[in-house]
Amino acid sequence: MLEFRKDIFADERDDNLLEIGQPTQRQDMLGHVTATSRYYDDHRFANLLHLKVLRSPHAHARIRSIDDSAAARAPGVKRIIRAADVPVNLNTLLSLMQFGKDDEPSLATDVVRYKGEPILGIVATSERAALEAMALVRISYDPLPAVFDVEEALKPGAPSVNPTYPKNTFEYHGKYDHQKLRFGDVDAAFAQADVVLEDRYQMSPIEHAPTETNGSIAVPDTNGRIVVYTSTQALFFSLDTAAKINALPSNQLHFIGGTVGGGFGGKVDTMTEPLAILAARLTGAPVRYRFSRHEEMQFGSPRGAERIYIKDGIMRDGRIIARQVRAYFDSGAYTRLSSYAVIKCAGHIPGPYTIPNVSADIYCVFTNRTPATAMRGFGVTAIDFAIECQMDKDAVAIGMDPLEFRMLNAYRDGDMKAHRREAKNCALIECAQVAAEKAQWPLRDEFRRMSSRQGGAARAGVTDRSRMPAPAVPPRVPASTTQRVTYERPMPAVSPAATPPPPPPTPPQPPAPAASGHGARRFSSVFGTRRR
Amino acid sequence: MAKHHGRGVATINYPIGMNLGGDPSQALVHSNPTGKFTVSLSSIDLGQGMKSVIRQICAETLGVPVADVYVDTADSDTGPHCTGSFASRGTHRVGNAVMVAAREARAVMMEAAAEELEVDPGDLETDGRGNIRVKGAPHRSITVREVAMAAQFKQGKTIAGRGIFLVPLSDVDPETGEMSPATCYAHACVIVDVEVDDETGDVSVLKMTSAYEIGRAINPKMVEQQLVGGAWMGMSHALYETVEPYYPDPREGPRDFNEYLMPGPGDICPHEIVVLERPAPDGPFGAKGIGEMCANPVLPAVANAIFNAVGVRINDLPITPEKVLRAIKARGGAVPQARMR
Repeated sequence: MLEFRKDIFADERDDNLLEIGQPTQRQDMLGHVTATSRYYDDHRFANLLHLKVLRSPHAHARIRSIDDSAAARAPGVKRIIRAADVPVNLNTLLSLMQFGKDDEPSLATDVVRYKGEPILGIVATSERAALEAMALVRISYDPLPAVFDVEEALKPGAPSVNPTYPKNTFEYHGKYDHQKLRFGDVDAAFAQADVVLEDRYQMSPIEHAPTETNGSIAVPDTNGRIVVYTSTQALFFSLDTAAKINALPSNQLHFIGGTVGGGFGGKVDTMTEPLAILAARLTGAPVRYRFSRHEEMQFGSPRGAERIYIKDGIMRDGRIIARQVRAYFDSGAYTRLSSYAVIKCAGHIPGPYTIPNVSADIYCVFTNRTPATAMRGFGVTAIDFAIECQMDKDAVAIGMDPLEFRMLNAYRDGDMKAHRREAKNCALIECAQVAAEKAQWPLRDEFRRMSSRQGGAARAGVTDRSRMPAPAVPPRVPASTTQRVTYERPMPAVSPAATPPPPPPTPPQPPAPAASGHGARRFSSVFGTRRR
Repeated sequence: MAKHHGRGVATINYPIGMNLGGDPSQALVHSNPTGKFTVSLSSIDLGQGMKSVIRQICAETLGVPVADVYVDTADSDTGPHCTGSFASRGTHRVGNAVMVAAREARAVMMEAAAEELEVDPGDLETDGRGNIRVKGAPHRSITVREVAMAAQFKQGKTIAGRGIFLVPLSDVDPETGEMSPATCYAHACVIVDVEVDDETGDVSVLKMTSAYEIGRAINPKMVEQQLVGGAWMGMSHALYETVEPYYPDPREGPRDFNEYLMPGPGDICPHEIVVLERPAPDGPFGAKGIGEMCANPVLPAVANAIFNAVGVRINDLPITPEKVLRAIKARGGAVPQARMR
């Protein structure tokens, strides 16, 4: 059930609107509920050909030889497409935004770098004919050592996955193997903290699981153009990518999309359009390239798995004074979009909290698995999972109510964020208040009265301890000066504190933001670079 | 052996849009000769309702009924550029672009109406029902249809507009990470109630209670479908889904929906949702994006609820019964934590 709290922030809204806020039925509803909306695969063409790709059975191998002669003679086969047929075989998706180097072939040439990497395309009169011909292709491989773990991939001597990035990490700013975030002085803050907690979090790779798998149909038009019916989530992104790979002027392609059977980020990578277009040009016939469910599950790019280490420094009165994050994004064998998710993650740390000392190193790591891509919450879902689990442990460690602990540290209007922009338009505290009321989660009066609109600027200016409510219950931590540096871990299998990964090669530290003179390293002393 | 109730919470914010390349989207709006409007886009409706949201924003800005606006999209020959439907950007980016276009078209419409009524355009207002009238003198009015006919056949005016929304380009500092990752943020707090069986490790999500701050709900039905569906996806990520069950060991990956675990209809739980609206200064009518953020808080809230129920922390997703059971055993049995109501 959905309800509105129009009373909150009412003074910031004009509610005298006619169409905005109405539960208007969507213009395409009738088509969807009567199964008459046309998806890309509902377009019918005479003499339609079908493209299937032969995929690597190895996670990492050198291709010694390919013999497709029997496949080329098989019944129904119209054309074999090899790497040499692809006009611009090497591409990277974000090259359109001048981000990263071309690193991924449409069809593998000498080496395959993940299980399922496309090697050959077979165009035939039916999907079955293409698959039967595929069984006749003979490829001999020399298997190579593979690496699947992000931290193993960074160790000296690890197999090199991607020749464009031989050290298994994406290159940032032309010089670093990771993206940095530096705000305040975490080391000094950890030394002052009453409690220091560190833990490790692991996201799983996940399938987008759309009802409609990735696919497209490329149809030669009478004027030499190609019309492409596609399931893409980004029409011009896919058009421009396909034009680059096919070395075509963009106006030779006419992309039609728009009714998509579920995206969730899995239909950005333009995995089918370039080869479907190439096949249509090589055969002069309409060609469909449609992922099977097995291909979608295993070889369509998944949500990448991230491994995240968080270390927090907390005071017994509930303030988090330092947060340090080290995260590894598993990009798989090629970049796709993971390089960008790293930036998004760096900009999101330390979550919606005002913490005066923050440091993060985020890596985009290449491993011998299916390239990862965007998925709902790209760059943010995993770090939110890690941060919010960590917040819960922090609260337990100092004996505070976990929701009040979050509200105490929540960012407010006027606070300075770790990426050096002022927080505005905040509403975390209000969400906590409303959810707590709805769920009958008891909050003390001072927390029920808190506001995102008050106290932030003051907090950024000078330390105001009086603003801080007292902890909910007496701290469980013994009142000694010994710092608690471990957290009880029921799963003994993982012990990140005991086995820290090799420290990244750190370039000379830039000067920390100028600390103001009043000495208190609380919510106050590191906002010298604040901008309005 | 028992089933233990637990409650967990998470609070999050979410950046709207992509902070790369300016993240532009364009929109074109024009009227046909009888005063019906078409919005031309290349943006994709993934089923989330992007077309409906854009239609309502356009109608509100033009000052005409929503029935008089139709959104045509996803044809590269007719629709201008859009970066794509991802990063929770559709409502915000495309919405802003269509507002710019609709304002331009509205200005021409009001000029044409002023010429017909022989008044100053500044003295006119729309009633949102298809009429344009003189402020304070509603009997002096003209229909949008009459204005469009006059513009097309008598005055030679095009009632049309172009719009683009582009975020100022933001560099990322290599040393400090200083950047402008987003221009606005949505917010959420989710409280999850679970039941954990300490004999099987099975986790049932009993109830979700959430508050989402989304700037402005353009269409409350679309908001509800996103929030309900997103929470389901978050619960699925937390407890069920993975394409590599033994990650980083890549073996044993699923090939179809028989082998890929997801919650079924029987696993769906009641979800109480409260929506707050603090308008984003740069959002269309204050709207932010909600497409992605609604899944995120559910993952940690479920994990935290499991801790509250049985006293074990699972840091690796998904939280399968096997992991829960092993953790309970390692801890020497379930250790329920303090109840939070």
